[in-house]
Amino acid sequence: MRLAPKTIRPYSNVSRSTWKSIMREWQLYLLLFVPMAYFIIFKYVPMLGVVVAFKDYNIFKGVLDSPWIGFEAFREIFQMDAFHNAIRNTFLLNILDLIIGFPIPIILALLLNELRVKWFKRGAQTILYLPHFISWVIVGGMATQLLATNSGGVNNFLNAIGLEAIPFLSEPLHWVITYLGLGIWREAGWGTILYLAALTGINKELYEAAEVDGASRLRRMWHITLPGIKPTIVILLIINIGHMVTIGFDRPYILSNPLVTDVSEVISTYVYKVGIQSARYTIATAIGLFQSIVGLIFLLSADFISRKVNDQGIW
Amino acid sequence: MNSKANNIRFIDGFIMVLIGIAGLLCLMPMVHIVALSLSSNGAIMAGKVTFFPIEINLAAYKAVFQHAAMVRSLVFTIFMVTIFTVIAMIMTVSAAYPLTKHRLKGRNTFLTIIVLTMFFSGGLIPDYLLMRNLNLLDTLWVLVLPGSISAFYLIIIKTFFSNIPIELEESARMDGASHFRILFNVVLPLSLPVIATLSLFYAVGRWNGFQDALIYITNQNLYPIQLKLYAMVISGQANDIAIMEAQNISAPVPESLKAASIMFGTLPILIVYPWLQRYFISGIMLGAVKG
Repeated sequence: MRLAPKTIRPYSNVSRSTWKSIMREWQLYLLLFVPMAYFIIFKYVPMLGVVVAFKDYNIFKGVLDSPWIGFEAFREIFQMDAFHNAIRNTFLLNILDLIIGFPIPIILALLLNELRVKWFKRGAQTILYLPHFISWVIVGGMATQLLATNSGGVNNFLNAIGLEAIPFLSEPLHWVITYLGLGIWREAGWGTILYLAALTGINKELYEAAEVDGASRLRRMWHITLPGIKPTIVILLIINIGHMVTIGFDRPYILSNPLVTDVSEVISTYVYKVGIQSARYTIATAIGLFQSIVGLIFLLSADFISRKVNDQGIW
Repeated sequence: MNSKANNIRFIDGFIMVLIGIAGLLCLMPMVHIVALSLSSNGAIMAGKVTFFPIEINLAAYKAVFQHAAMVRSLVFTIFMVTIFTVIAMIMTVSAAYPLTKHRLKGRNTFLTIIVLTMFFSGGLIPDYLLMRNLNLLDTLWVLVLPGSISAFYLIIIKTFFSNIPIELEESARMDGASHFRILFNVVLPLSLPVIATLSLFYAVGRWNGFQDALIYITNQNLYPIQLKLYAMVISGQANDIAIMEAQNISAPVPESLKAASIMFGTLPILIVYPWLQRYFISGIMLGAVKG
């Protein structure tokens, strides 16, 4: 450390001393330079890029020289049936995911917590977490090999025992069920991690005391374990509701096919279709911006509710 | 008393069976794919293959190796993931270290700039237009640069750095060491577990990445493995006759070849999984952001 005496000066020289301290720590600023440039270029420039939604964007003119059109693009997207359809599907798939997919990790975590045999518990966790790391492309590939109507493994089996084949991927209602099922398959095990972490915080003496009092396993689960993870459940539920308008791209895009687009087309895939495949940049940016704003409103409301219910925000 | 003990054992057994079923449900699809990849096409078409290979052979794996585009894609992806992981770690570490220094002027401003990007983004089209204007479309770099710092991992590694005892750094500075030397000789050697963990997370995320490649890459020579697999196994080659008719596809890729390709896409993940698993729980706890 440089030990040269540094005189502390009054207000008049604040900017000079700031400059001095920057000079003294130049190595730190040098380290920060490239990463900060990264954030500005790759994160903040696209944020400014949303002005495309208010311009009649023309590739040859560029963002700056394209003429302003105000809210014209928004007026247009609200008149598009496909846009309404995408919003409906996004909500529908997210809500079904929440209703069906949300309780399963909780149940799994409660069961895992009751396992007494150490190696069995560890082995089970290893296997249950694994699907989370398998990409949606692979999951989708497995799904077509397992669930295809004519040659998939599951339908081969159904045919063999004399049942009719089920159109898992090619009929809208079955597709929704497949979509939900594959989501559970990939994420349910991984979803237990936060609950199991919360469970390690529960005082062991509570269980011992309850056992002495003669409380059954089920009663202990109900009166000790469940209340122990209740804050986690509430927070995750609120976060999930906050993300109701946002939907990942890979899962619906990879699992969908031309026969089920009525239910599989969601906002993220629709933006891709309109923006990249049809090159209607203004319209696609407007849809994306609309989603971001509604998403932000949802998230802020979720945070507000969380503060009311839990005395802490979701961040 | 005896009946109570039996009762407890019965419940334990019951729970083990339930978890066992859940575990089997996780594994069965993967076992089925392995069995398909090792079976003859005739046996697959006859619907004989479930969890054990029938007429066992390695023809499908050989076919993948003879499929020039597939091999090219695998080699390219390994190369791209390696470059990505190295750059991402360098960027993340060099951002995290200065941000642990409280005497750094503007530290809070920098942190705010970084954290805000976790909540706002321009969206798909502005991102795409930026890549286009930077002439990055259809290059290796479009898969490397845009994701080269994850704000979330940056926070994790910063938290880890701040937990290193300050005395170690102070004494190094007393000896006249520069920040670069402290970073390389003191901080990094003490952070190897978190460096290893986040490298794995970056690598796995990049290996599994699909959407950006779909949008930014049209040149087939630069198809990363996920895009290649998608083109080969799912889109255009779906094995559901109804879907194939809807897409006007006539000649399907053999089932065993698809299964073997899926295996190639999954194998690297399975190889690193033991290490991933060892660290991810502690990684998540370290982040301790509730979600």
